[in-house]
Parts: sequence; structure tokens; C-alpha cells
Amino acid sequence: MAETIAHSYLENTGKYKGILAWLTTTDHKRIGLMYMYAMMIFFIVGVLLGELMRLELFRPGQQFYNAQTYNGIFTIHGIIMIFTVVIPGLAAVFGNFSMPIMIGAHDVAFPRLNLFSWYLFILGAAIALSSQFLGNGPPDTGWTFYAPYSTQTHTNVVAAVFGAFVLGFSSILTGLNFIVTIHRLRAPGMTFFRMPLFPWSLYATAWIQVLATPIVGITLLMVIAERWLRIGFFDPSLGGDPILYQHLFWIYSHPAVYIMILPAMGVITEIIPTFAQRKVFGYKAIALSSLAIALVGYFVWAHHMYTSGMSITARWVFSLLTFLVAVPSAIKVFNWVTTMYKGSISVKPPFLFALGFIFLFMIGGLTGLSLGSLATDIHVHDTAYVVAHFHYIIFGGVGFAFFAALHYWYPKMYGRMYNFRRANIAFGFLFVGFNLLYFPQFVIGIMGMPRRYFDYLPQFTLGQQISGFGGLLLLIGIILMIANLASKRGAKAPDNPWGGSTLEWTIPSPPPVENFHELPVITGEPYNYE
Amino acid sequence: MEMHRDDLGAKLGMWIFIFTEILLFGGLFLVYAVMRSHYSDEFHQAAHQLNAFIGTVNTVALLLSSATVAMSITAVQKGEKRKAVLFILITLICAGIFLFNKYFEWGHKFSIGLYPGSDMMVGLKHGYILFFSLYFFMTGLHVFHLIVGSIILTIIMVKIQTGSINAEKYVLLENGGLYWHLVDLIWIFLFPLLYLIT
Ligand SMILES: [Cu+2]
Repeated sequence: MAETIAHSYLENTGKYKGILAWLTTTDHKRIGLMYMYAMMIFFIVGVLLGELMRLELFRPGQQFYNAQTYNGIFTIHGIIMIFTVVIPGLAAVFGNFSMPIMIGAHDVAFPRLNLFSWYLFILGAAIALSSQFLGNGPPDTGWTFYAPYSTQTHTNVVAAVFGAFVLGFSSILTGLNFIVTIHRLRAPGMTFFRMPLFPWSLYATAWIQVLATPIVGITLLMVIAERWLRIGFFDPSLGGDPILYQHLFWIYSHPAVYIMILPAMGVITEIIPTFAQRKVFGYKAIALSSLAIALVGYFVWAHHMYTSGMSITARWVFSLLTFLVAVPSAIKVFNWVTTMYKGSISVKPPFLFALGFIFLFMIGGLTGLSLGSLATDIHVHDTAYVVAHFHYIIFGGVGFAFFAALHYWYPKMYGRMYNFRRANIAFGFLFVGFNLLYFPQFVIGIMGMPRRYFDYLPQFTLGQQISGFGGLLLLIGIILMIANLASKRGAKAPDNPWGGSTLEWTIPSPPPVENFHELPVITGEPYNYE
Repeated sequence: MEMHRDDLGAKLGMWIFIFTEILLFGGLFLVYAVMRSHYSDEFHQAAHQLNAFIGTVNTVALLLSSATVAMSITAVQKGEKRKAVLFILITLICAGIFLFNKYFEWGHKFSIGLYPGSDMMVGLKHGYILFFSLYFFMTGLHVFHLIVGSIILTIIMVKIQTGSINAEKYVLLENGGLYWHLVDLIWIFLFPLLYLIT
């Protein structure tokens, strides 16, 4: 092999040194890391805002700040977490870092466009964050920007909306890049059905990014136009239709949930076979269920609007489709579990996080069904039940999958191992803290606690306090996990620390700049164990 | 790393980008359809305010420009550099005619106080407000795309002149041409929806 001459991608060999060498890089691996560092910062800001809410909700009545501040905090928490953390999420970080290696390519199809996407991401995030400090105070609409309130409130909505627009553009370009990469740059012999399943999930994700994001883009521009120019697209006092806004918003924002969760499912599908040392069960079913989710997920958006005023026909059709989209998700869960059956399982941190994912995702998914069915949704609509469901999917699902991916590919990224015992302890705090934080929200939601409320009736106090305590444990878990990974004092990582079978484990850790000295020729399916 | 060139990949990327642009305008067409069904009489009357003659001239200019872009691709493929530059120049002149007309069309509306946010506009009936809002929003976004397209074509013209786009390597011109056809295509839908259905 060429290890003696090939430089690791972490060494600077170009004309720039230090940070400039990173800011001008077109290497997909470095861009992946740059997304990760930026996202970590946004994630920590979002977490701290979340903890501030828990603090305020620890007792009924006003504790530390007033209701308007609370409205600003939950809005910004949502905007940061949704638009700058989980939507780019796994695709931007691990899609960039791992996917080109896993399909046997030197880089993505358009490396410079890839760097441009990162700059757009930073620009969009900066604009969105500036809404906090500029103008008439932070936006107070919630991350959904529902009209007509979003076109009337005096807070700084335009900056947040425009930031989201720019972030959407970045997301579109990443999706476009990945589609072309997967079509054109697979290694010789790698047919679509010999491709590992994480790239498959990214492929499905990329189509959603490309086909759904423009709709929300134009919708956000309409909101801005409406605020600036008194155009009445959505404001009924000018002849507009607020329900139309909700349709346009959710046409994107429901598929956006799959932009978040599909790559997460893809990561889990990589981790389970590796740590069970078994060929993945139902390869084609998993691959095609990603496409099925992408397709059906496009036609369920109005399940967010059962109480907004739609015809009964529209409601039952969207409810039916919502139940249908649960089928391919369930297929994946069954296949993961079956893959583990009779495997020689080694419970290392990535596998532990993957198990955590399956457990939390199942709770999130099953409670989603009670929101998708018409009668029960009327009861729990806009309550803390929705908050709990949503966080079980987005944090319990996407978040835990992100942590799993981080622990899985960390040795490849940095060429170092990490301390397993500390990683396991961090997992324990995260898992217990997470459930203590969000499970009580299901209960008080059913009891009638509305979401986005600053104050509450005394009977919800116990639930809110258990949540607050869980939030503390979760925060400790996050700090422990980051501290463990950031210490970088582990032993040197071998090329293939987990016994994985996909291409990234055949090259050195950390990978050389051009990944492969010679492109590999693929002769069989991935996941060849036993 | 050796420079690898993939024209098919570049074109695939451009087509996907064009999908996203069509969907971007698709959102506006959807809003148009909903509003038209709410306020069909007022849309009908408001459309009389638009000058179908100027609209027709602009349509012809854009159709012609799409043809000349396509011709410049053929010229480059045959290695006829001067012809290719000339065709792009004609395309840009057509774009100029379009912008010239739009300037006076919009300018006239502004001069009589008919523009989004004006006091006169806010006092109109809802259907009128929405028709003219959509008119300015859709044609404005289209003009923005037309200007971007013109800048891209200008760069391409310089590149043909300097020889960095040539008979062996012209995917940039093809992609620029695709983008220009998109600009044309969107106008082909805007024109009847706004000017002709009266
Ligand atoms: Cu949804």
C-alpha cells in the first residue's frame, strides 16, 4: 500500500497552514469535520436554551424571566436545533466524511460546491442567530413561523426567516452534490445493490432535500415580502389564506423530518451488522424502504393540520397515508432486530447508542401513530404530548444516531480510540436523563398541559420537575461524552477497530488525502460476515 | 489528485438544480391557482390592466434568445468561435430588450401608484391586491433569474472568446444554455397566466 507516501488528510500539505488550510479545503473529510464543529457549537447553544426553559418551568408562575423572553427562547431553541443542527445533521457531517469512502470515491462530484455549501450554512446560521440580537428582540413565533402572526409581530422575524432560507439553499446544494456523487462516482463493480446502506439512505435523503426544500424557500420569501410590502398572501385582512401558509410550510417540513431521520436509520444499519458480525437481514428491503419513506413521506404533510380546518376527506386521506408511511420504518426496525438474532454481539459504545436509538425511536414512532389518527389527535394536539413525541424522534432518534455515528467513525476520523468505560457512563447519563426529561411530557400532555406555555396549573408540577431533573442528567451526559471524545488521549486506532466490512475500514485511520491510492474493484455485496 | 472531468455528471447536477428552480416557482403557481379560484372575477378584471402587447414582444424576444443560445452550442461544437460569440450576443440583446420593456412596464405602474405597499394598492379590493402582488412577485423573481442568467452567459461568452470553452470542452455552455431555457420556460407560463387570461 501507499501508506508511506500518502499523507493523512489531517496534515496540512497545501500552500496554506493552520486554520486557512481548513477554510479553503475541498476535501470532503475536512468539510465533514467543519460541519461537525460548527454544529456542535450550535447544538450546545440549543441545549443551554432548552435547559433555560426547564429552569423556568420548574415551578408554576414566573421564576427567572418573563413570558415574552420565554417565547423568544423556545423559538430560537427550535430554529437553532431544527435548521442548523438536525436538518444538515448526519448527512452533512457523516455523509461528507464517510459516504465518498464507502462508495469507493476520491471525493464528492463537486468538491468546490461542497465547500460553498458549508459557507452558505455558516452564513445562514449567522443570519438566523443575528435575529436574537438585532431589531426588536428575538422572534416569538415558534420555529414554524405560522402566518398571520409571523407577518404581524414586531419582533425580528425577517432575519430568522431569511437565515432559514439561506440554510435551505445550502441543504439543496448538498443534496444535489450527493445525488450526482452516488450516480457517477461509485467504484468499479459497485452496482446500486452492492452499495452499503448508509449511502442508500443518503441517496433517498438527497432527493427529499432537492425536491422539498424549494417549496419552503419560496414560502419564506413570501413571508418576508408580506412583512415588508404589505402583500397579503397569508394575511386574511388583506385577502390571504393562513391555511395556505400551513400547507406550504408542511409540504417541506414534514419531509424534512425524513431528511433528519433517514441518514440516522442509515447509520444504525451500518452499526448493527458490524457489532453483531452478521450479514444485514433483508438488504434490499432496507434499501428500498428508504426510497419508500422518501416517496410516501411527501404526501402526509397535512397530518399537522387536523385541527386547522380541512375537509373531512382531506383529513382521513392524510391520516391513512400517515399510517402507511409507518410501514417502511417498521420494516427497518424488524430487520435490525433480526440481524442481531444469533449474531456474536459485542456491546461497544457505538452499538450501545444504536440500541438506545432503536428503543427511543420505537417510543417516538408508536406515539406518532396516536397523533396520526384523527380522533386521538384532537385530544393531544398542541399539548406537551407532541413535544415528547417530537423529541423522542428528533433527539432520541436523530441525536442518539448522531452520537452512535460519532463513536463509530471517531477512530477513522482522528486515528485514535477513546475511553470505552467513560463513553458507556456518558451513555448511561444520556439515556436515563433523556427518558426522565421527555417521558413525563407524554403524561402531562395527555392530562392537558399545552405546549409552548410559560406557566401551568399546579397539577403538572410533579411532571415538570421530573423533566427538569432529567434535563440536568442529560446535560451531564452531554458534557461527559464531549469531554471523553475531546481528550484525544486514546491509543492509536487500527485501520479496522470494529471488524467492519465496508470500504472505509480497508484504508488507514485517519484516511489519506485521496482516500484510495487505487480505486477498489467491488465483486460482491457489502456486509460479508461469517 | 488527477483532475477528473465528468461532463455527464455536471449536466446531471444542472438538471437537478433546474428541478429545484421549477419547484421554487411551483410554490408561486400554487398560490396563484388558489387565489385565482378564490377571486376569479377580480383576477379577471385586474388582468386587463396589463399590456398584452408588451408581453407579446417580450415573449418573442425570449423565444428568440432561447433559439440563439441553442445555435451557439452547435456553433461551438463545430468549432466556429465567432458565430458562437455572435449568437450569445444576440441572446444578451434579447435579454436587454426584455429588461427595457419590463422597466417601462413597471415604471408606469409605479408612476400611477400601483405597487406593493402603496396606499392606493392597500385600498383596492382583495382580489386586485393579490393579483398585482403576485404579478410583481412572480415577474420580479423571474427578472432576477434573467439577470443572473445574463451574467452567466456574459462569462460564457468571454470564455468562448478566450478559447477555454471549445469544441472539446463546452459543458459550461450547455449548462448555461439549460439555465437560459429555464428562464424562458418560466416566462412561457407567466405570460398567459398574467397577461392573456382576461
Ligand atoms: Cu409530519
